[in-house]
Amino acid sequence: MEAAIAPRRNTASHAAADTAILTLTVAGQLCGVPVLGVRDILGAQAITPIPLAPPEVAGGLNLRGRIVTAVDLRRRLGLPPREPGASAPMSVVVEGGGELYALLADSVGDVLALPEAGLAPNPPTLDPLWRDVCAGVYQNVPGSGQEGGAARLLIMLDVDRVLDIG
Amino acid sequence: MDDLIADFLTETGEGLAGLDAALLRLERHPDDPQTIGEIFRLIHTIKGTCGFLGLSRLEKVAHAGENVLGRYRDGSLAVTSAGVSLILRVVDRVREIMSGLEATGSEPAGDDSAIIAELDAVFTGQALAEDAPEAAPEPAPASPEPSAKKRATAKRKPSPRPSAEDSPPEPPVVAALPAIVEEKVPAAPAPAPAEPAAAPAGEAVAVAQTLRVNVDVLESLMTLVSELVLTRNQLLQLSRAREDSALTGPLQRLSHITSELQEGVMKTRMQPIGNAWKGLPRLVRDLSRELGKKIELEMRGAETELDRQVLEMIRDPLTHMVRNSGDHGLESTAERREAGKPDAGRITLDAYHEGGHIIIEVSDDGRGLAVDKIRAKALAQGLATEQELAGMGERDIQRFIFRAGFSTAAAVTSVSGRGVGMDVVRTNVEKIGGTIDLRSREGRGTTFLIKIPLTLAIVSALIVEAGGERFAIPQIGVVELVRAGDGVMHIKDAPVLRLRDRLLPLVSLSRLLRLDETSEAGTGGFVVVTQVGQNLFGIIVDKVFDTEEIVVKPVAPILRHVTMFSGNTILGDGSVIMILDPNGIARATGVGAEGVQEDRRGTAVASASSSEKMSLLLFRAGDGGPRAVPLGLVARLEDLPQERIEMSHGQPVVQYRGALMPLVPIGDGWMPPAPGGRQAVLVFNDGGRAMGLMVDEILDVVEEALNIESGPERPGYLGTAVISGRATEVIDCAWWLRQAGDDWFGPQRNATGQRKRLLVVEDSAFFRNMLVPALGAAGFEVVATTTGAQALKLREAGELFDVIVSDIEMPELDGLGLARAVRDGGSWNRTPMVALTSHSDEEWVRRSAEAGFDRHVPKFDRDALLDALRGCLVPNALH
Repeated sequence: MEAAIAPRRNTASHAAADTAILTLTVAGQLCGVPVLGVRDILGAQAITPIPLAPPEVAGGLNLRGRIVTAVDLRRRLGLPPREPGASAPMSVVVEGGGELYALLADSVGDVLALPEAGLAPNPPTLDPLWRDVCAGVYQNVPGSGQEGGAARLLIMLDVDRVLDIG
Repeated sequence: MDDLIADFLTETGEGLAGLDAALLRLERHPDDPQTIGEIFRLIHTIKGTCGFLGLSRLEKVAHAGENVLGRYRDGSLAVTSAGVSLILRVVDRVREIMSGLEATGSEPAGDDSAIIAELDAVFTGQALAEDAPEAAPEPAPASPEPSAKKRATAKRKPSPRPSAEDSPPEPPVVAALPAIVEEKVPAAPAPAPAEPAAAPAGEAVAVAQTLRVNVDVLESLMTLVSELVLTRNQLLQLSRAREDSALTGPLQRLSHITSELQEGVMKTRMQPIGNAWKGLPRLVRDLSRELGKKIELEMRGAETELDRQVLEMIRDPLTHMVRNSGDHGLESTAERREAGKPDAGRITLDAYHEGGHIIIEVSDDGRGLAVDKIRAKALAQGLATEQELAGMGERDIQRFIFRAGFSTAAAVTSVSGRGVGMDVVRTNVEKIGGTIDLRSREGRGTTFLIKIPLTLAIVSALIVEAGGERFAIPQIGVVELVRAGDGVMHIKDAPVLRLRDRLLPLVSLSRLLRLDETSEAGTGGFVVVTQVGQNLFGIIVDKVFDTEEIVVKPVAPILRHVTMFSGNTILGDGSVIMILDPNGIARATGVGAEGVQEDRRGTAVASASSSEKMSLLLFRAGDGGPRAVPLGLVARLEDLPQERIEMSHGQPVVQYRGALMPLVPIGDGWMPPAPGGRQAVLVFNDGGRAMGLMVDEILDVVEEALNIESGPERPGYLGTAVISGRATEVIDCAWWLRQAGDDWFGPQRNATGQRKRLLVVEDSAFFRNMLVPALGAAGFEVVATTTGAQALKLREAGELFDVIVSDIEMPELDGLGLARAVRDGGSWNRTPMVALTSHSDEEWVRRSAEAGFDRHVPKFDRDALLDALRGCLVPNALH
């Protein structure tokens, strides 16, 4: 993941480099992952729970014959579980350490091109759990879709750190 | 790198691998012309090929080596141990240069003049290689170029022979190669045709047609086949639901072809385990010189095949273990003499198939593991407290050597003892789903047992459900499936199952995996009887589906610490499923722990089956003190309501599992229980028949040594023993069983008083406990011993038996060894022998038949054993 970002940083001096970011929502919080690291986005999937696994691990799912371990972002970020009856989570398939993982998010939004320079460091007051997995914060992210309105904060997730479980 | 060089490297590498073995053979049989010819040809080919590839360093070394070999071949020079050492060093040097060549594409710089001079000295006969290995260089100074040898000038004139090309040897110009190579390619076969002429006549080398295929190609083929199998399974599942007959035919065919393809691809990956052993004779030889010990290496079952992936992963652990055996296991020659052992220590490697596994045994006849030392060390390293150690059996303590950083060698030698030891071996073995265990007796030797799967790729698995989730259990470990009905009992909270003659510990899968327990443990579910190592246990599941071929995929790294799973896979219906690891379950629940009985094995003395502890069921019946019966004989305990007991021909019977079971009262003056009352019954089972012994009350189950003191003869009782501090009468099951009906246990009973004498050799206390009473009940007089060596002591003592029943796998002298010893002569050489074993493939039957067994019976099959015994005895009676 970092490799995907790094070259862009190097070229930042030549042009105002933008990072393409896939936005996703987790319990109302707007998050982002570098789109270059994303392998697939899947709708609702049958997920097989894995007993005795860390609580963040939602289970395993079948991605065209490959087994992908699903990590529930809500649980990873210490957020409350999805309400019963809510629509099934979306899977964002990313690669970490040569393996594929699916990050479960409530919904997946647009791909945004945000300037590299706009990434602010984590505020020191951030929850330690979050500080650990966040690569930084974008401010003034245009609201997605029709709402269009208020600018929001977007938390950049450091995928490798997110997958560093157990 | 140049293709030609790459080919040369591969071919020569293979040739060299075989060369070590050939040289060692030569050392043992110095006058075997075939072996000399073989070695000579290989070195000659290397020399020839190097010549036109422009590899001058290699060529010179090979040339000098060939000269010496040439003289060996002519017989003008005698093969000596030192000579072989020298040639081995040539081989090493060739390897060294080759590995440099492989890494950089050109010959590495280096000075070979010393070794060449040495070779030439031998060749010209100035330095007759004597048996002192390091002495060889010494006579060299006396040779025509005395001082030159060690000086730099030696480079220019390395030998009395003009073998050195006039070009400087060092910079071999690989860059200039292509031109040379292209010119010389047509000439390539040239050295070869010259070959047969040089070789002894009549040496037909039948080379199988082979094709060199890159391993990557095979790997990707394997992956593709795995995916194909999965897709096939998926299709089959779909078609089953559709019932479209037009689809069924072609799909069947597809299915067959897929299976065949899978088999074929698997076969391409199978390699004899001997490939992993090739380097060992050399290793042992060097080890023997380095340590100054005499070591013999015996390798059995080298042709046993297994998947190359597994082979690769087992190679290093095996090397390490052999090294360990040589270094730590075997004593020095002086110590061996003192202990009355032959000078030469012996390391034995044995490989064979068992079920879907391959078992590799690495044993030595050395000093064994010193339990006291290990205990002290474990304590010193804080691996266990004194209390914990006090409660541990000998074997458990010995197993400490598998812990990280544990090395008992007092001195760190250059060979082993650097702190990476058996724990690394264990980790590597477990990584591929294998297990490792050991048997050791101080002063007698150590045997390591490695059990690994044949292949890691595709396995057959049983699909089960627990707590609403499905799981796969590899079929390999599954012994049988039992419906968990009324057989499940609880001892306090621990569920157990009485399965035929044994008590099986149970593990509830849903409880283990912390899933919702949908059904009460033991009711309505199934028990998957599983074997891990020597231990049997049952896994309680809610439902059992069918078996499926699954492709084992490793779990994601973030789940590696969950030891209960060995992998995951995708089923035919596309869902992901976790594969259970029976080893992990056994470890997690402690059912794999071996009890006291196992550990007494090593200390038991000859035929002292009575001093072994066994589980005894205590009950009360009639007047007098408590009575006892070995628990192993009791199939079930029943508590029957009074109304179920009926009378037939004046005898109480009960309808039991769809048949009538006779009930025999054990106490005097039995009265049917009062209406509404209940009757305790011990149920004995044989084949499809059952018999109930009515007792007043079941008291307890205790584990004690059964020392029966004969008292006044009383039918139905073996005598009296002190159990739990009380005089207790031990019942004679065979007698009571006869009370139930005439035809119990068939023909043996009317053996006209003359009971046939049986020798049972079985190291496992468990099986002994099961066999001895069962055979006793079948009318045999049984003597049991725990090892083959003890059995032979009985022979020396002049004992005679009608039949010998022996286990195959035993420490020290195993069943095959025993059979050979028995057939070798002595008073037992005509006695029929029956092998009891869990191996049932033909290879094993053949091996045991060769060793001298007359019959071969699966270990768990009592009926088959009785049949075999009858079969053995009938012809005997005719004599």
